[in-house]
Amino acid sequence: EGEEDLSKLEWMGFGVGYRMIERLTREWSRFKDELDMIKFICMDFWSSLFQKQIDNLKTNHHGIYMLQDNGFRLLAHIGAKDSKQYLKECPKLLAFTCGLLRGSLANLGIISVVKAEISALPSCKFHIEVQRV
Amino acid sequence: NSELFTLTYGALVSQLLKDYENVDDVNKQLERMGYNMGIRLIEDFLARTGSGRCYDFRDTAEKIQSGFKIYLGIAPSITNWSPASDEFSLVFEANPITEFVELPDHCLNLKYCNILTGVLRGACEMVQMEVSSWFVQDQLKNDSVTELRVKFVKRLEDAIPAGED
Repeated sequence: EGEEDLSKLEWMGFGVGYRMIERLTREWSRFKDELDMIKFICMDFWSSLFQKQIDNLKTNHHGIYMLQDNGFRLLAHIGAKDSKQYLKECPKLLAFTCGLLRGSLANLGIISVVKAEISALPSCKFHIEVQRV
Repeated sequence: NSELFTLTYGALVSQLLKDYENVDDVNKQLERMGYNMGIRLIEDFLARTGSGRCYDFRDTAEKIQSGFKIYLGIAPSITNWSPASDEFSLVFEANPITEFVELPDHCLNLKYCNILTGVLRGACEMVQMEVSSWFVQDQLKNDSVTELRVKFVKRLEDAIPAGED
């Protein structure tokens, strides 16, 4: 049942991300390649949504990206730094954002699976796996 | 980013419409969610503005208006006071929540902004005031403005802790 709730949140995020990116890229020139799009997500998209950029981007250059935010806004008030008290609840707070990422990428033409991982609050990592067809 | 807020609210409403077949239930859920937001939001509001108790309902109306300014960046006008000064209207010329929104025909009974009535109820309840509010005009239903009517119901007394009378 919990899974189903998360997928609803994820789906809502997807719709919002899909629309957001359309508005943000209105006056943007065409992206060179996939990495260029991911960079746009890390910088412009993220700062317009969360007032800061992604702190760290890693990729294997084969469709796997890891975006790390060291102070993710939605986790900022969840207990003290490094606190483990509410770790169990965190997936609920991240499902929407995973959807945001997946939806925005979808509208740029990238089909992907996005998962979030938290090691120590308030930092978190988003793993993007591009689905090639 | 106000677009994020607007679109997220839109996604919430459309998800609720999927979850509940009955539009009246969606209105109820929105009010309830708003209530839960209001009881938290009032703390933030008081901390930010440092405002004290309202001395009368007109003062309350102005504080509610300033709340709209702080959280939604809009200043609805306060009009249509009832003779007893226990009821007024907030009139919105523009409403950021309804930007990009069109209601399909089967949603005519939907009170799209109903979350606001819950927010007001929750926030006022936390400062010992029971209010009720409802929409009398709605731009999404082709009225020229959106009008939210707010009514003072009663003062809530501080509850006395059990065993301390």
